[in-house]
Amino acid sequence: MKLTLKIWRQKNAQDKGGIVDYPIDGIEPDMSFLEMLDVLNEGLINKGEEPVAFDHDCREGICGMCSLFINGEAHGPDRGVTTCQLHMRMFKDGDTIFIEPFRAKAFPVIKDLVVDRSSFDRIQHAGGFISVNTSGNTIDANTIPVPKDDADKSFDAAACIGCGACVATCKNSSAMLFVGAKVSQYALLPQGKVEATERVLNMVHQMDLEGFGNCTNTGACEVECPKGISLENIARMNREYLAASLKG
Amino acid sequence: MALDSKIPNGPIADKWTNYKDHINLVNPANKRNLDIIIVGTGLAGGSAAATLAELGYNVKAFCFQDSPRRAHSIAAQGGINAAKNYKGDGDSVYRLFYDTVKGGDYRAREANVHRLAEVSANIIDQCVAQGVPLAREYGGLLDNRSFGGTLVSRTFYAQGQTGQQLLLGAYSAMNRQIGRGKVKMYNRHEMLDIVIVDGKARGIIARNLITGEIERHSAHAVVIGSGGYGNVFFLSTNAMGSNATAAWKIHKKGAFFANPCYTQIHPTCIPVSGDHQSKLTLMSESLRNDGRIWVPAKLEDAQAIREGKKKATDLSEAERDYFLERRYPAFGNLVPRDVASRAAKERCDAGFGVNKTGEAVYLDFAAAIERYGKEAAYVKGLDANDKALVTKLGTDIVKSKYGNLFQMYLKIVDEDPYVTPMMIYPAVHYTMGGTWVDYNLMTTIPGCFSIGESNFSDHGANRLGASALMQGLADGYFVLPYTIGDYLAPDIKMGPISTDLPEFVEAEKAVKDQIDRFINNNGTHSVDYFHKKLGKIMWDKVGMARNEKGLNEAIVEIAALREEFYRDVKVPGSANEFNQELEKATRVADFLELGELFAKDALHRNESCGGHFREEYQTEEGEALRDDDNFAYVAAWEYKGKPSDAVLHKEPLNYENIKLVQRSYK
Repeated sequence: MKLTLKIWRQKNAQDKGGIVDYPIDGIEPDMSFLEMLDVLNEGLINKGEEPVAFDHDCREGICGMCSLFINGEAHGPDRGVTTCQLHMRMFKDGDTIFIEPFRAKAFPVIKDLVVDRSSFDRIQHAGGFISVNTSGNTIDANTIPVPKDDADKSFDAAACIGCGACVATCKNSSAMLFVGAKVSQYALLPQGKVEATERVLNMVHQMDLEGFGNCTNTGACEVECPKGISLENIARMNREYLAASLKG
Repeated sequence: MALDSKIPNGPIADKWTNYKDHINLVNPANKRNLDIIIVGTGLAGGSAAATLAELGYNVKAFCFQDSPRRAHSIAAQGGINAAKNYKGDGDSVYRLFYDTVKGGDYRAREANVHRLAEVSANIIDQCVAQGVPLAREYGGLLDNRSFGGTLVSRTFYAQGQTGQQLLLGAYSAMNRQIGRGKVKMYNRHEMLDIVIVDGKARGIIARNLITGEIERHSAHAVVIGSGGYGNVFFLSTNAMGSNATAAWKIHKKGAFFANPCYTQIHPTCIPVSGDHQSKLTLMSESLRNDGRIWVPAKLEDAQAIREGKKKATDLSEAERDYFLERRYPAFGNLVPRDVASRAAKERCDAGFGVNKTGEAVYLDFAAAIERYGKEAAYVKGLDANDKALVTKLGTDIVKSKYGNLFQMYLKIVDEDPYVTPMMIYPAVHYTMGGTWVDYNLMTTIPGCFSIGESNFSDHGANRLGASALMQGLADGYFVLPYTIGDYLAPDIKMGPISTDLPEFVEAEKAVKDQIDRFINNNGTHSVDYFHKKLGKIMWDKVGMARNEKGLNEAIVEIAALREEFYRDVKVPGSANEFNQELEKATRVADFLELGELFAKDALHRNESCGGHFREEYQTEEGEALRDDDNFAYVAAWEYKGKPSDAVLHKEPLNYENIKLVQRSYK
């Protein structure tokens, strides 16, 4: 396959940045999108040019490190995958592909396609945990039965990989799918209920401080989420937040 | 220097309890005066950071990823073992201990393994208390599945994402401590050397990967939890960034490196598709609960399939060879990983491979889909003879168990594994070898500890499935917090350590010199060019089956490649910026040394055991042939300037509780 890549290049956070064109040839349909970028970079290095910086690590769709906006979609045109699981068979010979970083005020660009998502970490520092010490001196794991349906829903929320596709996709750059998933994971389990009030208040407060926008129920985040995190989690967070606010 | 494993005296079941009763403790007020550096934030590093901070120490944690949540523990799929015996199928601490020692082909240290089995049950309690959503049955209690090498069901899981859920649990515990200011987290930082003052580990030199700045960090102890070195093969199931640099740097400063040749080749990975391949993807061992592994029984069928003239589903039962069930009737498809991998290689080498490259076997779920489907039809009072209905019901159940894995396979291979059997082939997955540590998890550098995959201690020559997560969390949550206190007790009055000491200045200079050398080298080939070449040597000559001739060649070739690398590598960009090629260069430089030591270790071990298979040493049936008289020891290598000059130290393995026999899964 022969393609034209239009890639966002930006030297560092201060640089203004812009799109640069790269023609590329010899791409096979079985390659992953990131392997296609490997080929591009190998060529650039050999030509004495600087390779394109992009984040990636596990390359099996679970670490959440890869973060490309491809032809206007987070993680590209396929559904239910991260960029590392996107394969070139989704494209046609002769295609032009735009590749940009995830864009949001709370995700400043570090270089080229690499962004800083530490705002997600800070939201978790504010309350994304259950305050139990790791001494091992807790109760036996089977002491409190958890209905399978609740456990499964909690797992579905916990499957979030924290990639930020939801934020990049949202016209308001809202992080509510991400925060909603985390709040839901704990809210659905008996172990998480003890601190539910403080958790949701603290996490939402931090989310606002980081400069993420609000949710206007467009639902684009759910469509682009590589792990299929449901919009229900936002609704659950809103209920939790309302209940917590009334408790004061 | 003689190796002292510091194994406590007394009966094996009492060692850990007695040890804990008699160690030195640090009082809470004094813990505030002690700093600990932790490198790596996977299951081991993350859980250690959280626990040590809870105890009151000042923790500085480092990871090269953009968040600790992305450490490669996240990719572990199948599950975590624990001797809970919730199933009432005869499990116990002793059985988990026994299975692990046997699974490791009698090359692990008994006392460490027993301790691991003892604390395993606590891990599950801990994780559930933290809100980790492990799989449950309809009654609300925890579910279990079976894994290879055992006859009980002791594996806890969260679909095919157990590692993710456990890591997020450890990460949440860390977050709580970061929020309290007890853990200072350094994301996008890479440790490039350890600093030793008066013979003790007192700090590290790290590079800020965003700015390129070289930083000095001091502490009273340094903990390495940086994972394994599987990427020495270039292609492995490890993450692209997984590297051995932290472990190798401490090796060069005095930490012995143990059993580098013990590497696990995992039997069920998606086969290589072409030269562009950047990594390999694992299909969890849990799939062997329900999948049956086979190749065509006749060579001509295998050839027809390779040429695309026949499909897997065209072959009748009689035309298929379920070679694991045939060779190992007792364990069948659930033999340990090393055994399953070698059996698949044997069939493919004999010409029975089923993809274009001839390096793939089938993993087939048709029987499981039918079995589950019939069961479901019966329960629902539907017609169990309606084939389409049974297939649909069975598919739904298989989907609920392994949905994410099947989806992953579909995306990569572009074939639906619910309809046609998966194709799989062995790939490098885990390294049992690593930094030598004593019972306290301390390396041969006083004050430098090594935990999780980066140490060598618990898995012998082969790790059983679902034991890596167990070991990582055991080390971090429950073992290191005790042993490190015992070490730190004399340091309580020491006060903070200055980073202006000459040892810091000197280590920093060496790091800067190496970086400048790469930046100014102006060679002709990229780092990946060399890494791929190294990987090919390793896979061809130091891979699943090794022999003396090949190993000797590998040693020469790797040394030559290393020279070429330093002469001819090209690293674009500058040192003072975000520079991913520079990151790769410093990592590959270490792999090029480690690879040679790996081959040297494999060459010296004139026996086959676990993941180390020497063609010269096999039984008539092609099974691994151990030599307990001469090789029942840990090979711990001391760095002496070049890998070829490394000096061997032996820690004899004394089996007081388990009798050494030839491992049999027949």
